[in-house]
Amino acid sequence: MVTRKSRAEIDKMRRAGRIVAEVLALIEEALKPGVSTADLDRKAEAHIRRAGAIPSFKGYPGINPRTPFPASVCISIDDEIVHGIPGERTIRTGQIVSVDAGAILDGWHGDSARTFFIGEPPAAIGDLIATTRDAMLAGIAAAVPGGHIEDISGAVEDVARPRGYGIIRQFVGHGIGTSMHEEPQVPNFRTGRPGRKLEPGLCLAIEPMLTMGRHEAKVMPDDWTVVTQDGSLAAHFEDTIAVTEHGPEVLTAL
Amino acid sequence: MAKRDAIEVEGTVIEPLPNTMFAVELENGHRVLAHISGKLRMNFIRILPGDRVRVELSPYDLTRGRITYRLK
Repeated sequence: MVTRKSRAEIDKMRRAGRIVAEVLALIEEALKPGVSTADLDRKAEAHIRRAGAIPSFKGYPGINPRTPFPASVCISIDDEIVHGIPGERTIRTGQIVSVDAGAILDGWHGDSARTFFIGEPPAAIGDLIATTRDAMLAGIAAAVPGGHIEDISGAVEDVARPRGYGIIRQFVGHGIGTSMHEEPQVPNFRTGRPGRKLEPGLCLAIEPMLTMGRHEAKVMPDDWTVVTQDGSLAAHFEDTIAVTEHGPEVLTAL
Repeated sequence: MAKRDAIEVEGTVIEPLPNTMFAVELENGHRVLAHISGKLRMNFIRILPGDRVRVELSPYDLTRGRITYRLK
């Protein structure tokens, strides 16, 4: 069901979103060669709990009911697109690392992701990361009352497609509020249908996932990690936003 | 965290089954068992064999679906 949030509810979501933004800033700071992804996860979880919130990813059910997501953040390296599980492997120079975090505060959700390069990125990878970010910003800018979901999808597609990047189709952005995943879906490509009308109070997670190759993705045997089928590198940016009378408001900001 | 896309495809109704379920053949040749969305039911949209319909598939069980629209 699609719900529209009141001003007070949006303020609550902004408080949850702020914690998520702090977590991502904390991880960016700690993201150095030699650190293990499990270490980063522990830092993230500690920060979320210290802020009085709950990590929304931990225990979240996936495709297999027996394997809920075991950690507080997703860390996806190189050809991993999203939902990488933190573990003992360590960060190395030359990796492209996507970090996705979510928190629940007083029952309201925030969800956001950023992609970083360890070291100085080669021009091509720098462009992939910058374009994914620009695609997200274009999608956010299109989230104005009177428009439709398709306007957001088109804005994202129009940034990504001309540069030749693959746009992941199997995973999409989503409504968000008292659950992490609510209606409507927010695809990162045009579907040919307008989708839901954008009205003040609608809260969405806008999250383009782009690859340097093709768009096909597959889920690894751990039931979570999503990788590109052709092994190409991938980037992922996400912010939680609210549609308001005055245009889009980013809720996952510091 | 990205949401897994609830796959929507078009198909043709093959036969009505008990409990307002239908066998639907999808464009890719697969056959699924589909029930009717509450909204179609509320508006008394009748689904007959041969109708083109839009079906939402469950990512958990690709043999089952939900009819969300009767195409003209």
